[in-house]
Amino acid sequence: MASVGQDLTEYLRQEMMPTVWCPGCGHGIIAQGIASALKQIDADLDQVVVVGGIGCSGRTPFYMNTGAMHTTHGRALAFATGLKMARPSLTVIVAMGDGDALAIGGNHFIHAARRNIDLTVVLYNNSIYGMTGGQAAPTTPPTSHSTTTPLGSIEPNFDSTALAMAAGATFVARSTTFDFQEMPQLIARAIRHPGFSMVEVLSQCPTYYGRLNRLGEAPEMLLYERDRTMPVPDGPIPEITREQLVGKQPIGLFREEIRPEYTERYRELCQMAGGTYGA
Amino acid sequence: MRLIQGNEAVALGAIAAGCDFYAGYPITPATEIMEQMARILPSRGGVFIQMEDELSAAAAVIGAAWGGARAMTATSGPGFSLMQEHIGYAAMTQTPCVIVDSQRGGPSTGLPTLPAQGEVMQARFGSHGDRIAIVLTASSVRSAYEMTARAFELAEIYRQPIIVLLDAVLSHMRENVDLPEVTPAVRPKPVPGDAFQPFGDNPFVPFGEGYRSVVTGLAHDESGLPNTAGGKAAERMMRALEDRLRRDARKITHYTTHALEGAKVVVLSYGITARAAREAVELLRSRGVPAGLLDLQTLWPFPDWLVQEIAAQADAILVPELNLGQLVMPVQAAAQGRCRIEPLGRADGNLFTPEEIADAARSLLAEKEGGVLHG
Repeated sequence: MASVGQDLTEYLRQEMMPTVWCPGCGHGIIAQGIASALKQIDADLDQVVVVGGIGCSGRTPFYMNTGAMHTTHGRALAFATGLKMARPSLTVIVAMGDGDALAIGGNHFIHAARRNIDLTVVLYNNSIYGMTGGQAAPTTPPTSHSTTTPLGSIEPNFDSTALAMAAGATFVARSTTFDFQEMPQLIARAIRHPGFSMVEVLSQCPTYYGRLNRLGEAPEMLLYERDRTMPVPDGPIPEITREQLVGKQPIGLFREEIRPEYTERYRELCQMAGGTYGA
Repeated sequence: MRLIQGNEAVALGAIAAGCDFYAGYPITPATEIMEQMARILPSRGGVFIQMEDELSAAAAVIGAAWGGARAMTATSGPGFSLMQEHIGYAAMTQTPCVIVDSQRGGPSTGLPTLPAQGEVMQARFGSHGDRIAIVLTASSVRSAYEMTARAFELAEIYRQPIIVLLDAVLSHMRENVDLPEVTPAVRPKPVPGDAFQPFGDNPFVPFGEGYRSVVTGLAHDESGLPNTAGGKAAERMMRALEDRLRRDARKITHYTTHALEGAKVVVLSYGITARAAREAVELLRSRGVPAGLLDLQTLWPFPDWLVQEIAAQADAILVPELNLGQLVMPVQAAAQGRCRIEPLGRADGNLFTPEEIADAARSLLAEKEGGVLHG
């Protein structure tokens, strides 16, 4: 089901509109993707909490007509872990930026993935720090320009999907704001997945990343997203595809597997100890 | 009667007060609190989770509170420093929770196994920005139990993070105690209508109970929504809490006194140091020196009124503490020069002996009698 033409009014917090996002920013497309995913799964909005960190992506909770928690920089997953453990019946979605999740919040990211706790991360990756004005992130590609890499970045960038899989995440996908039809469906599947799920969404930042790297305005950047990615079939990326990628980033569902989920394991632990958890 | 350790008393006090969530990270000398909770909570269906660091422990506690839990963490100096941002977040978001800090020598890694009282000011002012702070402490194993339980009660009343300060010696000390019954605070369960506002002087409604709160560390008003007028609203709400604490000062100030009647030199102490101070006072009284003791269990909000009462009748107040002079500052401010205030500090990882405190107290009176005037 595509998000185009859907009425998502009841999923968005009207009193917080318009958003803080710049004209042409991809984050609105992702937030719409989350709203659309909630509609697809027919979520009870009283039982959904959207948790965000700090940065442009961190504003997402304000725009969702769900419970909303706008936390501290990088720590959204730690708040979400406590929330989910205290009330496992909640559906908890965590909106994080690339710097938020992978720099300041890198530790929480790998440990939440390792626990396989039933949280859904939507990682807004625009390759740069937008809120503070265009500094390099751990996702800024080598040679790219930012206000803190005026001569081009000399650091390799993180692949968040490889990191999530290595850490133990059981649902790992990547999409883009260009793929606005597929992306909400991936998020819906991620929410339904019983375990730690992550959908990285490549997003455009025309204000900073686009301008500093001469990638044009939003429409050109969307085409750039299309051209630097390649859809791959579900499942582990085969070696042959890797060769075909020739520098492009694969998009699709890379891992979907069932492994004991943390709140379920905790329920069993309590049972063993004679307690009743999550009643 | 049970022989238990200070850290164990904290865990038992928390459980008695209804604590059903613990997130933490191991650190000397607080670790046994965590180990106790790991043993106790699963059997009660409560949550124990070992987090990846102290930042996430404090964050998980706040998240859990918004999930409806009575949540706590415990740590020591380095971890307490890491938790400061989230203590500020809990204050800004009016999140009831409890943070126990067993103080060890600092700064930095300092003296991990030795006692200190170096976080008196950090517990009050450690996170950036202005907030109210309720900080309790204890000088006995029984008091560690009682003050932890009281912290949970205060967290419910004021919707704020409540801090309990212990120290390395009290944490590991064992005493024979009778643990009093504690009745967990009742949390009202309002049915939020359309006009409900989740912040300010309104009841706490966790997620999943019919109201979709917006929780943010950004300045906001009673609605929770951040807006351009948020700064004004945040100041107004913080001031209202401050006023409420001032009105409730006598209800939330816990202290014990000893031989205060007619005392000309008063030892004002707290935590582990108050034990030596009590003996010092007994020693002085046995030698005919009019000494008295004020042992504070509530450090913040600082009980100015109590110090003012004492300053009006005594010649001098001695403030021994395991730091280089922290609580002595509000004591000086409260006394307003009405009597002499003398700090007695040490930060070498050792406790004071009763003799050291007694000698310092006696010398204050001796100087006074010798005609030396002090402001």
